[in-house]
This record gives sequence, structure tokens and C-alpha cells, in this order.
Amino acid sequence: MTKGTVQGVIANMVTLKVDGPVKQGEICYIETGGDRLMSEVIKVIGADVYVQVFESTRGLKVGAPAEFTGHMLEVQLAPGMLSKNFDGLQNDLDKMEGVFLKRGQYTDPLDRERLWDFEPLAKVGDTVQASDWLGKVEENSQPLKIMVPFQMEGTAKVKSIVAAGQYKVDDTIAVLTLENGDELKVNMIQHWPVKFAMTNYKQKPRPFKLLETGVRTIDTFNPIVEGGTGFIPGPFGTGKTVLQHAISKQAEADIVIIAACGERANEVVEIFTEFPELVDPHTGRKLMERTIIIANTSNMPVAAREASVYTAMTMAEYYRSMGLRVLLMADSTSRWAQALREMSNRMEELPGPDAFPMDLGALVANFYGRAGYVYLNNGEVGSITFIGTVSPAGGNLKEPVTENTKKVARCFYALEQERADKKRYPAVNPIDSYSKYLEYPEFAEYISKKLGDQWINKVLDLKTRMQRGKEIAEQINILGDDGVPVDYHETFWKSEVIDFVLLQQDAFDEVDAVSSLERQEEIMDVVTEICEHDFQFSNFLDVIDYFKKLINLCKQMNYSQFKSEQYEDYKRQIRETLEGM
Amino acid sequence: MATAFQKVYTKISQITKATCSLKATGVGYDELATINGKLAQVVKIAGDDVTLQVFEGTGGIPTNAEVVFLGKAPSLKVSDQLAGRFFNAYGHPIDGGPEIEGKDVEIGGPSVNPVRRRQPSELIATGIAGIDLNNTLVSGQKIPFFADPDQPFNEVMAMVALRAKADKIILGGMGMTNDDYYFFRNTFSNAGALDRIISFMNTTEDPAVERLLIPDMALTAAEYFAVEKHEKVLVLLTDMTSYADSLSIVSNRMDQIPSKDSMPGSLYSDLAKIYEKAVQFPEEAGGGSITIIAVTTLSGGDITHAVPDNTGYITEGQLYLRRDSDIGKVIVDPFRSLSRLKQLVAGKKTRKDHSQVMNAAIRLYSDAANAKTKLENGFDLTDYDNRCLDFAKEYGKRLLAIDVDLDTTEMLDVTWQLFQKYFKLEEVNIKRELTDQYWKNN
Repeated sequence: MTKGTVQGVIANMVTLKVDGPVKQGEICYIETGGDRLMSEVIKVIGADVYVQVFESTRGLKVGAPAEFTGHMLEVQLAPGMLSKNFDGLQNDLDKMEGVFLKRGQYTDPLDRERLWDFEPLAKVGDTVQASDWLGKVEENSQPLKIMVPFQMEGTAKVKSIVAAGQYKVDDTIAVLTLENGDELKVNMIQHWPVKFAMTNYKQKPRPFKLLETGVRTIDTFNPIVEGGTGFIPGPFGTGKTVLQHAISKQAEADIVIIAACGERANEVVEIFTEFPELVDPHTGRKLMERTIIIANTSNMPVAAREASVYTAMTMAEYYRSMGLRVLLMADSTSRWAQALREMSNRMEELPGPDAFPMDLGALVANFYGRAGYVYLNNGEVGSITFIGTVSPAGGNLKEPVTENTKKVARCFYALEQERADKKRYPAVNPIDSYSKYLEYPEFAEYISKKLGDQWINKVLDLKTRMQRGKEIAEQINILGDDGVPVDYHETFWKSEVIDFVLLQQDAFDEVDAVSSLERQEEIMDVVTEICEHDFQFSNFLDVIDYFKKLINLCKQMNYSQFKSEQYEDYKRQIRETLEGM
Repeated sequence: MATAFQKVYTKISQITKATCSLKATGVGYDELATINGKLAQVVKIAGDDVTLQVFEGTGGIPTNAEVVFLGKAPSLKVSDQLAGRFFNAYGHPIDGGPEIEGKDVEIGGPSVNPVRRRQPSELIATGIAGIDLNNTLVSGQKIPFFADPDQPFNEVMAMVALRAKADKIILGGMGMTNDDYYFFRNTFSNAGALDRIISFMNTTEDPAVERLLIPDMALTAAEYFAVEKHEKVLVLLTDMTSYADSLSIVSNRMDQIPSKDSMPGSLYSDLAKIYEKAVQFPEEAGGGSITIIAVTTLSGGDITHAVPDNTGYITEGQLYLRRDSDIGKVIVDPFRSLSRLKQLVAGKKTRKDHSQVMNAAIRLYSDAANAKTKLENGFDLTDYDNRCLDFAKEYGKRLLAIDVDLDTTEMLDVTWQLFQKYFKLEEVNIKRELTDQYWKNN
């Protein structure tokens, strides 16, 4: 293997002189004071190799030795990863010793001793290609597949496969005969370089299936689909994290991967404190069982931050190859972009807008492109739904990360300071936000089967009413309450009904936090009925009083257990109040 | 100065306002050195060219100055003797007392493994309703005051520090005026709390670059008491904007490309490294905690500037002070202030109506703000508008003002009183279950 020696150090960028070939992105370990520091090649000029070190370089001296590994940054993929907490380089955080993270401490992401109940799916003599399913094991009641190595080229024949029974991840479970006659022993572990997308599927059609999140402003107003992409930009304090957590708790996915990328450690703590207690509303099992956390919190080494989102995406692709529905959340992609900027700055590259590297847009686009709904080679389907948050500097959406993300993400959930100030949560701006999927005929067809063929029209009608309500609010501000006709007030308050009853949702209330699709349908009916009702008010004060009362009743309905006596009672009161007019 | 093993260099090849470069070998990154007795730190190594950042500035350094490398990163001697003492940015006493004896610990040490943290859940009571009621603080939290330089943030912070029952209070002063330094010293001393206080001071009279050491010094001391002594430690950092200004000075002198507002591109990571030291340890690790309350001064209330902006993304909320001309008092602004951890204690460690009452009050306060705009634009006010305005005035005086000192149950009772005084039941929009219990003349 190639060896190198340290020539220079600036923060976490180190230059090495090397004695042999190296490849771009190759991993090497630099030795200093008994620690081995993992690093990644980012630039080569002659025999000078620039690496970014994933750890603190304190005390590193010129002349320190480095050893190259021959491979790029890769992850190991096998059963046993669910409900684990990894760092950005896939070290198992729970296996680390001590309260503080020690430099140069790397732990095995896998559990080598655990036995898995393996059941073969392939037979001797079967012709297989990369990623085909050889067998299955069950982890936390998720059916996981053991697959033909992702990197295998061409086809192979199954020479032998073990019988059903208990095996460890390192045990050989099958032997394949390759096209050239060589034999390949297969165990349960896959290796994959994180920066490369897995394309081990037959086709990636346009996604169309609603992904239920239980958040009304998403499901009803701007739905995201299985295999879709979305992003949530917002100034700090507008509830990005609360919204993300709500989605990851409630979404109808088989596996949820949360990449905490340069964010607060306490937010990660919140996840692994609460998720083991919380129940998945769809399966009744503990949420933690389907969750993987990739934590590169803001105080962890910057270079590993970039790696963390790729590690998370690669894991998601692994589960998608098994025909599972994966939800990947990254909070926040801006921190990743900033990590790129720090490095580009140290390498003295010419800066792009706001000092970000010029290829930022391409990197973001490639990353979002790895999500999607796919038909696997065996006809099964799998999906990765990706939702990233963006933390725009100064809350200004005209900045490179937001703009580049907007070009590629299909759903846009704009969190707004003004709404947050008014405690109108979730603070998703109902007018600026959008879901491109509402325009997909594939989605329209799917949703009309599920919720009736008028659903999308109803949604669009409510959107128009919100827009109209906003315009009128501005006019009232300029002309005064008396300066506009009474029916303007009525239109405005109808939009307030949509806002208060449908869009606003209390993430901390036991009942209101999650709305099932069935419940959202009923809320939609109530709200539509109110909006379509023709009132005859003579005075704007009556309008205000009447709608406040109505909104209060609707909110009480939202706080009541679905279909409970109390719920039906409020529903009846709403109807009576409506008929009374 | 140099011991027998240390090599002395006497040929400096380059001097800028903040850095010196020379040819040297066997030097470690981040290592300390002295240049004619002035402390400096290695910031760049390229072959045998070493660049040193001189904390005091390079004024008076000759090209033949004596450079000695100390073989270690900046460090602090930690022990119980720290309590009650005042230090400069290098951890040397400035109160005339003896040097500290204890374990020498490198500052800016590694971060806590996230899985070894515990979720913060202990309420820090301050008696100020703008904080306890609307933006409850929790031990292990990190939160700054966003304030213009003329606002009384140091006074509020000192009050919070004294009321919060912390075992140790560590004050990190960066670019603090001498007057403010004495203010803290006298306030703590008058309260009889001096034995719980440890201060690291960089005043406006000291070199600006020295400030960069203050937060790490303060937090190294904090980690000693929280980890080894299992204490509840409160760290006060004022003013973090001065800290960031020093960062930009250094990065500028090192020819780095500036990003937004001439701040270095690494500002987010630099600030996060400090704030993320806030932690709650689990019982099995002794149950100690580090809570950070900081000050970020704003220029003309502009929170889009890189320093407050990056801070907001790192910290768990922010507190705004504002002078309310209607009541003539400084209040904690209920709109823009936020404690992200409040839901961990609100309604759990406090009465169960806490969250709903808080939200309803703020909603009504915001209606009052709308009514005020209407009034200013010369429109007629409705009866509801007038009631909102009256409510807002009394709410501001009795709860939001920083001179309030109540416990949370009293705060909630006062709010219910105000609701009933000014509003109808359906106007407050609170869950029936709670109004049944607390709306008295129901």
C-alpha cells in the first residue's frame, strides 16, 4: 500500500508526500501521538496529496507517517443496524468508551456475534445478478434481504446456498459461480463507497403514492409521495426541527434514517430518548425499532459532516434494494454546504456565490437525485423519500443553498418567521409552499381512488381561498375594517378557518399531533362546508364574533379523540352553528 | 525561559499585525510558543515554515526575537482552588491571589459523545415571567440574549445567575468594559456568592485576540466541576459578538476568503464548538450539567448579521430584551424570544396548563399589537381591540417586565386572572378541560 508523510497542516487540511499511487477520495490514516486519524484525499498535485482529516489535528507534526487503504470512504451494510446510533463515518457511538469522544477511536458498525434466522430465497442453479435476493432474515420485524454483492459484475450461478438456520453476518451463506468460472463466497455484509449512487434497480418511474405524515399542512395541502423529495427552509426558531421530528415519528415508512448533520446534540438526544417510548402509529411497534440515527452534531469534526449525509443515503439505498420504503431526513443540508465551503476555502479555490464552492449546485442535485421510487430487478418496489432542511443565512431564501435545492426538490415547505411569531404552527407558509406532485397525473389518479375524484379540486379551492384571504387582510390593513364591504370580512374569516382548523396543528398535543388520513378527510369536509356556506351578515363585528366561535368549536374538535363522543358532539355543534345562520 | 530540551529559534522571517512566521522543525499543530515572552500559537505548518498567531499582537517583536515552542496546546490548571477567583485569558490570576495548583488540562478538548448525554429536564427558575413562563430555561441548555449594546443584558444576566440555583457560576468576559467587570464583581460579592464564582476576563483594555481563549478557558473549568465534581455549572459568556470580531481579525490576517459580513467561513463551527459544551450528564456519570447563557450584541437590532444568525441556529433559543414604551419598562419580548427546550419542562415540571396558557396569552398579545397598528393608522378600534390593548398593558407590567419575581404557579394564576378580566371564554381558545378547571366564574 502507498505510504505518505505529513508536509503541512492548516486546521483539518493536511498535505502529504506520497511514495506511490493514490486515488481521489481514497482513505488514509495519519499517525500522531499513538492516534490514527482517518482522512480522505481531496486534491492531488504531483506527489503532494491534500487530505481532509476527520478529526482534530492538534499536535500533528511534519514527518508524521500516513498509510493509504486503497479504498474510498465506504460503509458496511448488514442486518443489525436498525435502532443504532452511528457517527458520520458509521462508527457505532454506543460502543465507544467514556463520556468524551476520543480522537482516533473507531468502532465496528456491525454486531459480529449476533445470530440471525436465515431463510434462503434463491436455489442452487439460479442465475443471479448484483443485488438479487439470496435469502432473508428478520430484524425488528422488518424483512431484510441478503443480497448478491452490489459490486458483482454480470451474472452468476448459485453453486450452493445454506439451509435455513442461524448464522452470523460473517458466515458464508452462499457460493456463486461467476461468468469467468471463479467462485465467490457471499456473506451477509455489503460494502459500498458512499459517494456513489446505487443504481441496482430496473426503472425509476415518477413517484405517485401518497406518503402519509399525519401533518395536515403536508398531507392535505402539499402532499409528499413515496420516493419523493422535499425541503424545509426556514429561519431559526420557526420550527424546522419540530416539523422534521413530527414527520419522522408519524410517516408511513418501513425504515426512517435521520441524519443529524451539524445540528444540536440535544436534538439527537431527544430522538433516542423519546423514540424508544413512542409507538409507530402504523404498526404499533416502538418507533426506535425502525429508526437509524446518523449523528454528526455541530461540535463533531467538520469533515465528517459531509460524510454523514452520504453515509445516511447509502444506508437508505441498501434498504431500498430490499423493497422497503425508506424515509431519509437530513437536518440540515446547509451545514453540509458550509463544511464544503470551509474546505474549499482552505484549498484556496476560487469561491462561488457567498464563498460556497462553484459545484455546490451539482452536488446538491446529485444528492437529491439518489432518492426515488424504483422497480427492482425482481419486479418489487422500494423507495427513498428524502426531506432535507435548509438553514438560510439571515432567513433570506435568496442564498445559494436554498436556490440550488429549490431547483431539485419537488416539495417546498417554506417556514415563515411571521407565522412563527404569531405562534401559528407549523409555520409553513400556505401560499408560497408547494408540492409539484399535485400536478402529477399519476398522483391525481392515485389520490382520487383513495379520497374521491374531487379531492384535488377541493385542495386547490382552499389554496385559492387562502390567497384571497391574504389579499383582503392587506386591504383591511390599508382601508380599515369599515373601508371594505362586509362580505370581504366573511371571505377573510373563511381563510382563517382553513388556517386555524386545517393548517395549524399542535405538535405537542397528544391527539392533535397526528391526523390520520381519514380524519383529515373529515376536517376537509367540515372546512369546505364552512367555506361554501353562504352567510348573510349585516355587520363586520358579527362576522368576527361568529367565526371566532366557530373556530373555537373546530379547535375543540381537533383536540378530541377521533370518533369519540366528545368529537361527534363538537361536530354536531359546528353543524348547528352553521345551520343557525 | 527555555529549558534544556527546548530548541530556541531567533530568526523570524515574516511579521504581520497578528502573526509571525519562521523556519522550525518538530512543531505540532495548535502548539503554544513564546516570542520574547509573548504567548503565541501555531496556526499553519507548511514544510518547515511555521506560522504563529501572537495573542497580544506583534507590536515590538523584532526579527531576532527568541522563539520557544512549549510542546503543548493552551491549557488550564483545574482544581477546587479555582472557586472564587478571577483570571485573565491565559488562566493566570488577576486578583492578586496565588497561582492555582491542580491538573493541567488542555483547553478546547473533545466533545461529549451524544449517546452519553441525557435529555435536559430540570427547570431553571429565574422568577422573571418573560423567561419562566414564556421561555422556560432548562439545565444543560445554551441560550443567548440578543440585545443592543444599550440594553441592560448584563444586569439581567447577573440576576438570572444569582437566582438560578447553580453550584458554580463561571463568567467569561470578552471585550467587557472595566465598568461592567466591576458591576459583576460587586453584584456577586454583595450577594455573598463570590465563593461560587469563577471569572475569566478580557476587558476592552486587553488585546482583542486574547479573547479567543476565554470561552475555552471558562468551559474547561466548567467541565472540571460538572464531570469530576458532578456539579450544576452555569457559564455566562458576554459578549460573543466581540469573540466573533476577534475571529474575523485573525482570519483576515491569515488571508482567508471571508464569507458573509466579513466573518470567516468557519464561524458556524467555531461558535458551535463553544455552545455545544452545554450538556446534561446522566445519573451514572454523576448528573452534573453545564448551562450556557451568553450575550450576542446586535447592531441596530439586526439579527440577519452573520453572528446572531449563526448563533440562532446553534443555540436552543434566544431571549430578546425590548423597552416597552407603553409601560416604560424593559421586557422580555414574547414574540421573538424562544426557548427550544421549554416543552421538556412546561406542563411536566410546572402546572399542566402552562403551555396552553402561555400560547393563548401570546396570541392575544399579538392581537394587541395588530390593534396598535390599526390605532396608529388612524382606524377605529373594535371593543375586542380595546380589550386586547388593555390586556397587553397589564400583561406587560405584571408579567413581561424584567423586574418581576414570581414562581411559575403564580405567573399562571395571574394570566388566568387577566384572561377573565378582559376576555370571553371562547376568545382565549384554550382546551375545554383546562378552562373547566381554571376559568373561575364559569
